[in-house]
Amino acid sequence: MSDQQTTPLPVLNNISRRTAIKAAGATLGALAFAKAVSPLVEWASADTSMDEMLQRHYKELGPGQMDKVIARLEEDAKEDYGADVTITDAKPTPGVKFAYALNLSVCIGCRRCAKACHEENNHDRASGNSYIRVLEMSKGSMDMEKGTADYDHPIPQDDKFYMPVQCQQCDAPPCVSVCPVEATWKEDDGIVVVDYNWCIGCRYCEAACPYHARRFNWTKPEIPAEEVNPDQGYLSNRIRPQGVMEKCTFCLHRTREGRLPACLEACPTGARVFGNILDPDSEIRWVLQNKRVFVLKEELGTKPQFFYFFDK
Amino acid sequence: MSRKNARSARSWWVLSICVPALAVAVVMASQALQQPRDVDNSYATQAPTAEYPIAIRQPAGPPTVDTGQIDGAGRPIVANCTTCHTTKPPNPRIINGGELQDFHQGLVTNHGNRSCLSCHNPDDYNQLRLADDRPVPFQDVMTLCAQCHGPQYKDYQHGAHGGMTGYWDLTRGPRARNNCIDCHDPHAPQYPRLMPVHRPNDRFLRPPSSENAHE
Repeated sequence: MSDQQTTPLPVLNNISRRTAIKAAGATLGALAFAKAVSPLVEWASADTSMDEMLQRHYKELGPGQMDKVIARLEEDAKEDYGADVTITDAKPTPGVKFAYALNLSVCIGCRRCAKACHEENNHDRASGNSYIRVLEMSKGSMDMEKGTADYDHPIPQDDKFYMPVQCQQCDAPPCVSVCPVEATWKEDDGIVVVDYNWCIGCRYCEAACPYHARRFNWTKPEIPAEEVNPDQGYLSNRIRPQGVMEKCTFCLHRTREGRLPACLEACPTGARVFGNILDPDSEIRWVLQNKRVFVLKEELGTKPQFFYFFDK
Repeated sequence: MSRKNARSARSWWVLSICVPALAVAVVMASQALQQPRDVDNSYATQAPTAEYPIAIRQPAGPPTVDTGQIDGAGRPIVANCTTCHTTKPPNPRIINGGELQDFHQGLVTNHGNRSCLSCHNPDDYNQLRLADDRPVPFQDVMTLCAQCHGPQYKDYQHGAHGGMTGYWDLTRGPRARNNCIDCHDPHAPQYPRLMPVHRPNDRFLRPPSSENAHE
């Protein structure tokens, strides 16, 4: 043994059996590890840039970081969809809280709101997705679970009424409290938003929403370049990646600039009333004070900010 | 907690500045509103602090009737109301477009028990008339409609009836609104039946297929 200790390099000619087996084992282990993580590496390099992987939560983005994120997303839209888009990050206005009201006596169920939503919010064309589901309801029934959404006959039918249902922007939103990663939250102007880059796509929020208002991107949305709405918001209608949740945001890229939501502008009968519930002179306040409004599934305590009413 | 307090303290500051400013604006606006206003836009409701107008669409003027003939330049020849009605005496017995034999044939009227002269002015066919016999120009047709349809008119004035586009926040942009006859045919005002658009294609609405089934 003492002779061996003084032997200089190379050591390979007197390698022990134990060392050889160790080396073989380590090599196999390294290969197995490489094979095991290869799908992750391929996935990360193919669809997701390193910047995207390391992007922080919306609320933790420092000054200037959001500009970089938006620049990257605009580039992605150009690359993936061939569309020149402008993504903004409009913030809530102090003193503004949005609310919506819908006159069920006037709605005729034409579904133009759902179509406008589909186009405004850059939904996947093949699935015909929309944040609005117009339910055809039997007169006398108020149970939205019994409504049908895929009616296909002349409207309005005499024995039916029509109830468009979209995100109710609840003040006590169950979808927010179930999110395990805080990828969805309620903004100061009342809008429940999703950071699409933080969402892990577990769909808990979809299950928690009593109004079936959340949607999941099963596939990467496909939209022809000329149909992409270029006026986009980071928290609203920018084209979502595959595998994340999405929802109605009262078109916050429009409404935070003072404009009306797309569904309201599309409504041919004026059944929809939108505005700032904190402004006593607003149309929405007049409706709340002068009409017998109700909310859907009030007993759940979700405190919807979307109100329905009948004229008589 | 301290952040929340700081935020509420800040909002009190904003309030203490905004409230007096708003009050001044309201007083000024109400003074402006007290000045006599044109009858034409009496149904325009404007928030006191509004900077941008609410534009309500109006008919261009008295309607014309297509004669079915074309002039030398290929333009359709249209007739004004007074072209015929100055020489033809009004017949108050006719209460339905279907009874007309010379002109306006095929005019469907389905508007309660109204007769032609309930709204059309026999003294001047280029105008309409109110129930109390006062004439009203075609542009102000909403004044006429509002005589009977008070609840709808009230809803309209408060933005709860009738389509609109533009801005909910009038301090940041204007708004455009339809008038009654943009959506309602005055002779048969019930909104027509139509086919819905954009049928949903939810995967939940599709019948279960072998493609979706578990193996």
